[in-house]
Amino acid sequence: MSVRIGDTGAGGRAGIFRKVLRDHKSAAVGLALIALFVLVSILAPYLSPHSAVESSCAVFEPPSARHWLGCDDGGVDMVSLLMHGGQTSLVVAFTATLVSMAIGGTVAIVAGYFGGWPDTVLMRVTDVLLVLPDLVLAMVIAAVWGPSLFHVILVIGLLQWTSTARIVRAEVMSLRERAYVKRARGLGASNGRVIVRHILPHVGPLLIANTVLTVSAAIYLETALAFLGLQDPSVTTWGTILEHAFARTAISSGAWWAIVPDGFVIAAVSIGCFLLGRAIEDALNPRLKVSHLSGRRWRLRALVAKGANAR
Amino acid sequence: MRVLEYVLRRGIFSLVTIFLAITGNFFLFRVLPGDAVSNLAKVPHSTPELQHALMVRFGLDKSKWDQYLIYLKNLLHGDLGVSFTYQESVSHLLLDDLENTVVLAGVGTLGAIFIGILSGVMSAWRRSSPLDHLNTGVATLVYSFPAQWLGLVLLILFAGVLPAGGMSDQFLFDSPPFWQHAADVGGHLVLPAATMILTAYGGYTLVVRSSVLETLGEDYVLTARAKGIPARRVVWRHAVRNALLPIVTMVALDLGYVVGGAVLVEVIFSWPGLGMATFTAIGQRDYPMIQGAFLILTVSVILLNFVADLVCFRLDRRVSA
Repeated sequence: MSVRIGDTGAGGRAGIFRKVLRDHKSAAVGLALIALFVLVSILAPYLSPHSAVESSCAVFEPPSARHWLGCDDGGVDMVSLLMHGGQTSLVVAFTATLVSMAIGGTVAIVAGYFGGWPDTVLMRVTDVLLVLPDLVLAMVIAAVWGPSLFHVILVIGLLQWTSTARIVRAEVMSLRERAYVKRARGLGASNGRVIVRHILPHVGPLLIANTVLTVSAAIYLETALAFLGLQDPSVTTWGTILEHAFARTAISSGAWWAIVPDGFVIAAVSIGCFLLGRAIEDALNPRLKVSHLSGRRWRLRALVAKGANAR
Repeated sequence: MRVLEYVLRRGIFSLVTIFLAITGNFFLFRVLPGDAVSNLAKVPHSTPELQHALMVRFGLDKSKWDQYLIYLKNLLHGDLGVSFTYQESVSHLLLDDLENTVVLAGVGTLGAIFIGILSGVMSAWRRSSPLDHLNTGVATLVYSFPAQWLGLVLLILFAGVLPAGGMSDQFLFDSPPFWQHAADVGGHLVLPAATMILTAYGGYTLVVRSSVLETLGEDYVLTARAKGIPARRVVWRHAVRNALLPIVTMVALDLGYVVGGAVLVEVIFSWPGLGMATFTAIGQRDYPMIQGAFLILTVSVILLNFVADLVCFRLDRRVSA
């Protein structure tokens, strides 16, 4: 434990995130957006002006001073509903993201570090999952398992790790060849030790940069599943709010307030993730020679970032 | 011979993927705990006789391995089983739906690409101008809204003006003249296709913009300008043409999302496609239909990806397997 070779230490890692926030205004905006929504949803029980379950006004009452965004088909205040829905939506998104981070990170490290047949097998599985349509796959699995919050989280987590795995694996492969890793192995460090002490700390930021984007992907998938009636009917999320509005005549009643704000909330969180993720990505500046199979948002973001630099 | 090798490699990968999807489909519905077919009690209003008939029909008395082989054999004959709800062959039921999905997704995707290229080139051409900022801002924002939300908003805005559901007017006479039928379907197509275009065009705009910006900085563009070729022609002939590859790549990448988006759009506008069929089947717990629709969608996405890979390869020989 006395010899530390090539260990850049924790300061370097935390430094990246400090640097991101200092150099990229957009990162601060993104983080602020996400923090705002997390805070509001945590404090929803105290902040929400009315009950999110019981009716406090007339059916589809239009927005007023008392109910800023009007009421839904059951006379429930929309503002309160959005706050409480955000609670569940964000929990689903963050938990699913953790699941996908764990799977993606493990796959990336095993495939990238060990190479050989584990790499081949894992990458072929990743390729296959990348080609198959996410939502349809999620629909079918959720339909067979039955609608529940837990299943939705699991399905999203199981489907969203592929692009993370590909990008992080490339980084692991380059780390494996670095001199300090080779030296550590030469000094007799076990594979496990090398991974935990030298690989993991260095791919951490990249893993997190990816994961920031998984949050918004998870929110989209959750709203889509909810919209198709594959979410637990007893919970309220941003997805089920849209589903309710659609199924319960908000459109024929012209109750736009039961639909429109929900989309803006989802878009705001997604843009927050986009800004933050892109900034971390910019700061890390990994050689993003990504296969054309690796995740739409990643590819898009890389190109958009390039475009921004070209200006 | 590299061409042949590339085609073969991608072809084999596609076949393996299709095979894995088929196998996954079998396991998901028949073997995993809580799977669909052995839970026949889930069929609404089922009687013991029906349950027994279904057990025999699905060969549940046989071993899993035999079931798998029978399933593969049936698939080879295009037999996807019989729908619980309609008591008809699933493949027959779904083929029309596939056609309708192709119409919707085709118009939606092509429209999105067209608008994406126009607005992307415009943004790159006038980069850093207010027009560029407005254009990219709108594209990013629209891109951030969920597909179903965009559809619902269009429904609110245009309900009453444009047909809001189905694929054709049911009150139209049985066999109208062709043009009348086409106009009718076209009218019904406007809102769902517009939703699909809105869902996807923003992504294309951003990619086209940065891709064209990159080519605009290349030497051959400078050369073309120095030769005195009009600017408009330089942009379209030299810059855009060479910026196309990332766009094709992105179309290939997007296919899975196109299918996903089509599902949501079909449900909102009751468009009688595969997505709508899956949605209905899920509501009715009609497992053979769900399984069949999933298989058809998956196989089409894999095949389209294969084609897109080949197009990419044709456009740029440097693309490697």
